[in-house]
Amino acid sequence: MDHFPAQDLIVGTVFLLCVATTVAGALLAVITTRIVRAVCGLAICCVGIAGLYYFLHSPFLALMEILVYIGAVCVTIIFGIMLAEPDLTYESKRDTTVLWGIVALLAGAAICWGLSRLGLQGPWPAPPAQVSDGSTKAIGVSLLSTYSMAFEAISLVLFVAILGALVIARAGRTKA
Amino acid sequence: MKLLHAYEQADVFLVVAAFLLAVGIYGLIRRRTLIGMLISGEIIFSAASLNFMALNRFHAPDPTVGQVFVLFIMGLAAAEVAIALSIIIAVYRNYHSIKARELADLNG
Repeated sequence: MDHFPAQDLIVGTVFLLCVATTVAGALLAVITTRIVRAVCGLAICCVGIAGLYYFLHSPFLALMEILVYIGAVCVTIIFGIMLAEPDLTYESKRDTTVLWGIVALLAGAAICWGLSRLGLQGPWPAPPAQVSDGSTKAIGVSLLSTYSMAFEAISLVLFVAILGALVIARAGRTKA
Repeated sequence: MKLLHAYEQADVFLVVAAFLLAVGIYGLIRRRTLIGMLISGEIIFSAASLNFMALNRFHAPDPTVGQVFVLFIMGLAAAEVAIALSIIIAVYRNYHSIKARELADLNG
């Protein structure tokens, strides 16, 4: 048997599930009033995006998405929430709040409609011959050969960011 | 069925990326606290990454380039979150609030 039964159905359903997870997580991240729920929405959205990366033939990036976004970014944001307590006081509703909501909705709808139209209608060129297979091994080779300078630069950026975060967060704290 | 084979062409990925960008900008305008704006910014980063990956898979001669680029975007996003959260904590320590409306000392 070389063909799993109902293989197409299963794969297509998993793909649609990934798309639904991404969309639902993104909506949850911006619509809820509680910030903690917004972070949960971001995490759900990142799970969906990891699935989409898997369907784009890149399991390595799917794992990195979960590792970096859920494991580092969401956890760091939750630390920030615990330290800064953004939900402590609720703001009274103003008329301008509704106005800004309408403006934001219009801007979002216009961007979504315009970019989708561009992406669907654009005359995309047919890809030329593939020069590599895009495997994890190929990523590693090009990171350490073609893009070694950018690789070093991004490590420097991360180092400076960690140092800067420590310095900024430490300023103003009295010595124990 | 065409819907079940949607992952074999770039259209769905491009539309989802456009939707993520729109949702991120909606949240960036709508949110009133700095952390909410930061979360919306992360969604915009994800939209850019997804767009890169979709075009990398379907329209690029070398599928390695887009993956390396998305890795760099992830690194920058992580650095951005670290810096932004330390700034938020410093702001909270000075103002006891992280609402964008109340941080108006430099407003002329």
